[in-house]
Amino acid sequence: MSPMSYLDALEAESIHIFRETAAAFERPVMLYSIGKDSSVLLHLLRKAFYPARPPMPLLHVDTTWKFREMIAFRDQVAAAGDVEVLVHINEDGVRQGISPLVHGSAVHTDVMKTVGLKQALDKYRFDAAIGGARRDEEKSRAKERVFSFRNAQHRWDPKNQRPEFWHTYNTQIHKGESVRVFPLSNWTEMDVWHYIRREGIPVVPLYFAKPRPVVERDGALIMIDDDRFTLREGEAVAMREVRFRTLGCYPLTGAVASSADTLDKIIDEMATSRSSERQGRVIDHDASASMERKKQEGYF
Amino acid sequence: MTTMEITPAAQDTTNLLRFITCGSVDDGKSTLLGRLLYDAGMLPEDQVAALIRDSRKLHADAPDQLDFSLLTDGLDAERQQGITIDVAYRYFHTQRRSFIVADCPGHEQYTRNMATGASNAELAVVLVDARKGLLPQTRRHTYICALMGIRQVVLAVNKMDLIDYRDDVYAAIANEYRELAAHLGITTVHCLPVVAPSGENVGQRSTRMPWYRGPCLLELLESADTTATQAADFRMPVQWVNRPDASFRGYAGTICGGRVAVGSEIVVQPAMRRARIERIVTADGDLGEAMAGQAVTLTLDREVDVSRGDVIADATRPAPVADQFAAHLLWMGDEPLLPNRAYWLKMGSRTVNARVTTIKHKVDVNTQAELAARRLDLNEVGYCNIDLDHAIPFETYADNRTLGGFILIDRQTHATVGCGMLDFALRRAANVHWQHTDLNKDVRSASKGQQSRCLWFTGLSGAGKSTVANLVERRLHALGYHTYMLDGDNLRHGLNKDLGFTAEARVENVRRVAEVAHLMVDAGLIVLVCVISPFQSERRFARSLFDGGEFLEVFVDTTLEECERRDSKGLYRKARAGEIINFTGIDSPYEAPEQAELHLRTAGLRPEQLAEQVVEQLLAGLGPHHSR
Repeated sequence: MSPMSYLDALEAESIHIFRETAAAFERPVMLYSIGKDSSVLLHLLRKAFYPARPPMPLLHVDTTWKFREMIAFRDQVAAAGDVEVLVHINEDGVRQGISPLVHGSAVHTDVMKTVGLKQALDKYRFDAAIGGARRDEEKSRAKERVFSFRNAQHRWDPKNQRPEFWHTYNTQIHKGESVRVFPLSNWTEMDVWHYIRREGIPVVPLYFAKPRPVVERDGALIMIDDDRFTLREGEAVAMREVRFRTLGCYPLTGAVASSADTLDKIIDEMATSRSSERQGRVIDHDASASMERKKQEGYF
Repeated sequence: MTTMEITPAAQDTTNLLRFITCGSVDDGKSTLLGRLLYDAGMLPEDQVAALIRDSRKLHADAPDQLDFSLLTDGLDAERQQGITIDVAYRYFHTQRRSFIVADCPGHEQYTRNMATGASNAELAVVLVDARKGLLPQTRRHTYICALMGIRQVVLAVNKMDLIDYRDDVYAAIANEYRELAAHLGITTVHCLPVVAPSGENVGQRSTRMPWYRGPCLLELLESADTTATQAADFRMPVQWVNRPDASFRGYAGTICGGRVAVGSEIVVQPAMRRARIERIVTADGDLGEAMAGQAVTLTLDREVDVSRGDVIADATRPAPVADQFAAHLLWMGDEPLLPNRAYWLKMGSRTVNARVTTIKHKVDVNTQAELAARRLDLNEVGYCNIDLDHAIPFETYADNRTLGGFILIDRQTHATVGCGMLDFALRRAANVHWQHTDLNKDVRSASKGQQSRCLWFTGLSGAGKSTVANLVERRLHALGYHTYMLDGDNLRHGLNKDLGFTAEARVENVRRVAEVAHLMVDAGLIVLVCVISPFQSERRFARSLFDGGEFLEVFVDTTLEECERRDSKGLYRKARAGEIINFTGIDSPYEAPEQAELHLRTAGLRPEQLAEQVVEQLLAGLGPHHSR
């Protein structure tokens, strides 16, 4: 037999983590954010338990500000029928009219994502939540464990993480506590795209370049996805050929000018790119250590 | 940059190097790593821009110098203190190879995080400050690397610019280190002089040190040997039993040694049931054979009982099975390791109860001297005998990291408190067998017309445990039950005469009492145990010896003030006078039960009333008494 390829090894490690989560916890869930990492996670989830159906549901915390194409994609996944897709919206936030355009990224993210996630985890009493975070994304994520302990208030204590040896994970928790599990910890953005290409995994079309209506705001190219977006003085909408490297709430996610409309072209473009993946994420730019603070409070 | 165009995707895993950087605080690990990433062309423009911005903010005095340590020290507290607290993982590649690097903390306080990084690495880059030479942390980290199975080290002697690039200073440090490494069994050592901030001998060779003719750091990493010797015999710990419907029963897991093919004869351990491999199932279709590292699902040609935690192994060369081992233990708990306290041990996918029976010695990691020890404190390494409540299939750590490496978990806090490397099974594990007897507990208790029970009275000294238990026993005796009372004080005159009152001795005291109570319950008796048993962990251990419903914890809850006022044995007075140390409630803690079956609040009640509560509850659980 030939030696395992690097992608084979990453895949096997992730499958191991999925199985360990299913075996060790009573009510595991896979968080599904509809992006490329979620697509890879879902593919791995199906592989890990084949020929059985995945033994856990998916959970999408919907901020009500996702791209319409993302929601359509999510509904297709749900329609496939082999996994249950739960959708949770922070209704308190909706009633308060929380909007990224009015309240800014920090408040919107906290109320609609972080609080929304905690509500959903409490509601369904999930004790393990699998997410697609990778260590190459951001500095505080580079320090995350694969099985990352959260107390009953969902808080992460970066100075007091459980040491993690080999692939032997401590999965013991008390009632009310939980863990966040990251099967893609050791994957890079490039690995994710190579794997999507190799496995033929479907992703949201927004990743591929196409002329889209965008406006330049605070140095980012924001796509106008619905009529909730109001132009400021001096702003103009222009059709430009763009694509997205990451997907989030549409007013907070910058597009990149690109003509990469196939997987091969995306991979070629990335190979020569000199900027990092989350450059377009408005929420990352609040302050240097903001992700760490958000994580401590329960954000993924 | 051409380096960015190389993709790791197509490369095979033998061309991946997992390494760590370690060394003492301020030796420049994070700076070296940041510089390495920069020189390899792996830093995106926006990260470089952020680096320039952050460097200026933090170092107003030297606005043009890049502080590469900011690239990896990502936590707030790390930036504020200028130290690395936790391991950061970085991923990069060059034209020749992919790398996963763990940037490890230098502070002694965070040794456990450094060990975490070392557990998955094949090579260590150890940094030394040329002005300081080998420091205790250099020795500590090298020792832990060796313990974790790392056999290749690159010694980077940093800050050469600050000693005028002197080759004699460098040579002395390199020689001293080579001696240390050889002593620890590290087979390959490369030494080189570097200046991390300016990148001399990091990404390219320096012109300032012509006397050094070897490769630069990046070249060394690109050429390091990654063809690790893999365990040869087939082993797969079962993680998950896959049963979608009655027609399919598969055993899912990651192969941790050797290879397996359809038709291979296997044995399910530890029960040693034999079968043949019928299918090797994956979502991409069945395989003819599979090897170490692959996550697969196996089906067998006959119905055998297999559950999570079992190991499927080559039938002709099965893994040894034992329940007593000698092992190296790195202690990571804030509370010390106490011999005989029960912990959970997790190895592969199996979790069992374990206790350290003997600390043979602890290791002074600076001198490698073997020292006598009765406990292990945070970050200490000991060589220990370990006893499990189940026999498990295993390998020595040197042969198989998955079936030879384990973690210990505190049963109360659930913290990971230790990691261990199995050395060998103790011979007595193979020679001591459980003797099965024809008469069992049910037969013996039935002949007494009762169901056996253990009533475990816990509480402070002077709380009234023995007084109440004595009344309970008299009442039970009058009703025709067969009982025995084990009083902690009385046992200390005989069975436990050799034990003092330190935390370690209290743990052992309770363990012995619990074992004796267990034997008496097996004999069919209703046993009343009266021991302070101050720690929840030991009471939980005692409970774990018994079947469901057999063990009743009775918390005799009397306030410290009241116990001290009564002071029937005069012990509190002596403790307050400092004549007795380690006295529960005074200078040693009492952990009150959270879920005792019976909580006796003694204030205002006579012992007879309390005893009646106990008897009522006991009899309610026993059902009608078969009086003879």
